Amino acid sequence: MSEVIRIENLRKEFGDVIGVADVSLSIERGEYVTLLGPSGCGKSTLLRMIGGFEAPTSGTIWLDGEDVTDLPPNQRAVNMVFQDYALFPHMTVGQNVGYGLRVSGTPRAEIKPRVAETLSLVGLTDKADTSPAELSGGQRQRVALARAIVRHPKVLLLDEPLSALDANLREQMQVELRNLHNKVGLTFIMVTHDQSEALVMSDRVVVMRDGRVSQTGDPVSLYDAPANSYVADFIGATNLFASPVKASNGKIFVSCFGQELEIDHPAVDGVPAAERLFGFRPEKARLVRANGSVPQGNLLKGRLENVLYHGAMIRSVVVVGEGRILVDTLLDDTFDPARHAGTGDEVFVDIDPHKIMPFARDGAS
Amino acid sequence: MRLATRNRLSSGGVLSLPLVWTFLFLFIPYAILFIYSFWEKKFPTFVPAFQFGNYLELMVDPQYVRVLLRTIKIAGLVSLLSLLLAYPYAYFLVHKVKRPGVKLVLYMAVVLPLWVSYLLRAYTWKTILGTQGILNSFLVSTGILSEPSSVFLYNQTAMVVTLTYVFIPFMVMPIYAALEKIPGSLTEASRDLGMSAIQTFVRVTLPLSMPGVIAGFTMTFCLSFGDFIAPFLVGGPDGMMIANVIATQFGAALNWPLGSALALVMLVIVLTIITLSDRLQGVGRGKYA
Repeated sequence: MSEVIRIENLRKEFGDVIGVADVSLSIERGEYVTLLGPSGCGKSTLLRMIGGFEAPTSGTIWLDGEDVTDLPPNQRAVNMVFQDYALFPHMTVGQNVGYGLRVSGTPRAEIKPRVAETLSLVGLTDKADTSPAELSGGQRQRVALARAIVRHPKVLLLDEPLSALDANLREQMQVELRNLHNKVGLTFIMVTHDQSEALVMSDRVVVMRDGRVSQTGDPVSLYDAPANSYVADFIGATNLFASPVKASNGKIFVSCFGQELEIDHPAVDGVPAAERLFGFRPEKARLVRANGSVPQGNLLKGRLENVLYHGAMIRSVVVVGEGRILVDTLLDDTFDPARHAGTGDEVFVDIDPHKIMPFARDGAS
Repeated sequence: MRLATRNRLSSGGVLSLPLVWTFLFLFIPYAILFIYSFWEKKFPTFVPAFQFGNYLELMVDPQYVRVLLRTIKIAGLVSLLSLLLAYPYAYFLVHKVKRPGVKLVLYMAVVLPLWVSYLLRAYTWKTILGTQGILNSFLVSTGILSEPSSVFLYNQTAMVVTLTYVFIPFMVMPIYAALEKIPGSLTEASRDLGMSAIQTFVRVTLPLSMPGVIAGFTMTFCLSFGDFIAPFLVGGPDGMMIANVIATQFGAALNWPLGSALALVMLVIVLTIITLSDRLQGVGRGKYA
């Protein structure tokens, strides 16, 4: 693998507003990279700077070893799939897809087969002579994809490509996009605000916040080892709490909403420390009904406030002191509804000391 | 069922007033013109008849054909000049002016004159182009001319300039609306796919703004085609247009039948243009998917 994009200290200001504060990033050839973050975090601005639609205030963008920072969009070997697809309404599907080939010096005789080949790649072989207005949302999305990949760009940029589709179609297109990426072997950079989409689709996720990169990593490491509480909270759900660290009898304890929990994490030594953030994932904890006796384990005592049904699992909301703790229970064959606690019951939350993660209070840890 | 009846009744009620209005003040006058056009001129006035002499005279007498062609030429030049001025202006407003306040002011600068009396606006050009006018004073004071010239006023050029000034808002407005409607992502997509800014304009912006151009062209053409104030004020002897001839027939010449026939010919021409432009609009109308 070799580097296809290198971004150095990129910054973009819009008047007084800072769109992108300082981003450095390297992307390998053939990677599927997602820029993830809430609206206003600078992910779209970053993508538009790579595409050439916004001029950076400072910093450099290298594309395949060439400095393209100041090149207009038509002189960069990157192509974009726009959020609203941006299909030309006065052209047929075939003309839309062939549009980019007309300038690149492709012989006329070659355009038609290239267009047909690309349309078949996205499963729209029979739509070449249709007007974009006659297509469904999913089909338009595919035309936009075909139009962008027909020129074999070095990098394909996708700006929230699935946000306009309804939930079912979105899931189907996630798989198709992933398959297309495997088939064409291009480098994909996708912007999304949907964390589950980022986890499902990417080789690597760049989590952004306030114009900066908060963490970069593959989906598994982002989920299992979030670098900070922001990432932990944004990707998946996390039960966060602030606590000082206390040691006694060779064990380390933290306090979760007034109750003591044992923690066993390599990053936390026995040295008593000032308050910092800790958290654990809802599915790592276990809900135990209180039957008069106190069960064994690393326990929080609380009251079951609500049970949210999610189909494959249930999410229990447990009131612990001043806070609320989420516990996810998978509804597999071992689940026995008769033994599960009901709303208002006294319950215990059991959490493995290894599964509690420490975070720096904010920003990078 | 009962609701449907009530809906029909109420929509009939809403529609009845405009229908009566259109019938009384549009359809009936045209019907009267139509009937008049078959009447006969008998000195000193005219009498009821059914004959095609008036239409025949329009075809045979070359002066009417000449005036008609001149009117088409002037209306065409006005539309063309308006287009050449209005398109860049509208494009500039939509794409280059970033501040909404400035945009509004520049747009209103075009639209606002429509609130001023048409006669006054046409008259303005008399004071600009006349021998005592601003243009002559300027040219004399700068020494380009030794004495005021009368070449600026009372000719077809003066008419085209005046009519362009008067009707250009009708060109700017539809073009502005058409350009404003084109999503920015379309031009970005074109640039992204390798086209230069000029190629993007030719292949994307211009075709997608054609509905506005056609609408503007139709309006300025039809409005100047039927104009009779500008020829009267700044046109001079060779500036007479078809509407002036009609006015004369209904006035001094007291030949209402011929005037009616001429008016109907004019109506047919204008309706043809509007129908054609409607067809073209249908072809060029892109739905933004």
